[in-house]
Amino acid sequence: MSRRPYLREVSRTAWFFKRPRYLRYMAREVTCIFIGIYTVILLVGVYRLSQGRAEYEAFLMALQRPASVVFHVAALAFALYNSFTWFNVAPKALPIQVGEEFLPDSVVAGGHYVVWVALSLFILFWAGVL
Amino acid sequence: MSENRMAIRQVELEVLRYNPETDDEPKFQRYSVPCKNEWCILDALNYLKDNLDPTLSYRWSCHMQVCGSCGMMINGEPKLACKAMVRDYAGVIRIEPLSHFPIERDLVAVADDFMAKLKRVKPYLIPGEKRSLADGEYQQTPEQLARYRKYAMCINCMLCYAACPEYGLTPKFIGPGAISLAHRYNQDSRDGGRDLRQEEIATNEGVWECTFVGACSEVCPKHVDPASALQQVKVASTVDWYLEHFMSWVKK
Repeated sequence: MSRRPYLREVSRTAWFFKRPRYLRYMAREVTCIFIGIYTVILLVGVYRLSQGRAEYEAFLMALQRPASVVFHVAALAFALYNSFTWFNVAPKALPIQVGEEFLPDSVVAGGHYVVWVALSLFILFWAGVL
Repeated sequence: MSENRMAIRQVELEVLRYNPETDDEPKFQRYSVPCKNEWCILDALNYLKDNLDPTLSYRWSCHMQVCGSCGMMINGEPKLACKAMVRDYAGVIRIEPLSHFPIERDLVAVADDFMAKLKRVKPYLIPGEKRSLADGEYQQTPEQLARYRKYAMCINCMLCYAACPEYGLTPKFIGPGAISLAHRYNQDSRDGGRDLRQEEIATNEGVWECTFVGACSEVCPKHVDPASALQQVKVASTVDWYLEHFMSWVKK
C-alpha cells in the first residue's frame, strides 16, 4: 500500500476570515498603517516649518480641512486600538519571574499603561498644552 | 447515576473522509451517533467505529489528554477529541483532520514535518557542565524549575500548528510547538545547548517567521503558551544581536 497524502490548499488572501481570532490579529496589524500615515504628515509639517512661516501656516490651514479632521480622529482611534492590543499582549514577551511565581499579566501590562500616561503627560506639559 | 447522565442524544457527526486508495479528494460523510451526556468526541468516534462504520481511521491512545494523538478540527477549532465534550456542541458537529497538515487517511494527519522539525531543535538536555556518575545528580531549585515548567507540559499534539496561520501559509516555519520546546531546554539551568538551538530557531524559518497571531496559545490544551515562548526567543535573540554588533566586548 503506497501513501498518497492529500494536501488541502490554504487561501492566501482570505484565510483571516476563517476565525474571529485571525480577524482580531489583522485588525491589530492593519491599524498601524494609520499610524504610519500620521507619521508622514508629521514629517511634512516639520519640512514645511523649515521652509518658513507662510508655508507652515498654510500647512496648519490644510490640517483644518474637514477631510483632514476626519482622518486625524480615525487615526487617533486606530492608534489607541493598536496601542491597547499591543500593551495587552506585552506580558507574553516580558514575563517577570519573582521567586517561584511570575508577576500577573495585569502588572506587566499595567506598567506599560502607567509609562504611557506618564510620557504623554510629560510631552503635553513640555509642549505647553497643560 | 442521575437520569441526566444516562440520557442518550442522537448527535449528527459530519466527518471528513479520505481513502488514498480510491478517493481523489476528501469528502464529508454524515453519521447519526447515539451519544451519552458525559461522552467526549472521541467516545462518539469510538462508538461510530465499533457500531456504524469500521472503516473510519483516526489516531488515539490514552483518552486522558496526555498522549496528544487525537488532535482534530472540531467545528473548525483544533481540539483534542478526548477533551472536547459532545454536550458542549449543538447541531451537527463537523470533524476534520488537523488543518495545515496533509491527510494520510480520514482523520489521520501526516505528522512527518513536525517530527523532523522537533528533531532539528534538539529538544533534550545538552548538559552545560559534564559530570560523572560519581558527582551525583544535576540539582535544581524550585525557582529554576518554575522558569521552564510551563513549556515542559507540551504533549506534541500539534494543535498549535493547526491554529497557526503562519504555518499554514509558510510550511517551512519551524512552528510554535518545536520552538517552545527549544525554549524549554534553553530555560533549563542544567542545559548548555542554547547556541546549537539558536542556529535553528533564531532564523527566518524559525522565530522570525512568527508574527505573533497568538492562536497557538489560545488552542493549547496544556496551557504551554507557545506564543509567549516565541516572543521571549525573539527578545533574547535581539539582545544577542546588539551584544554581538555593538557591545562585542561584553562576554555573553
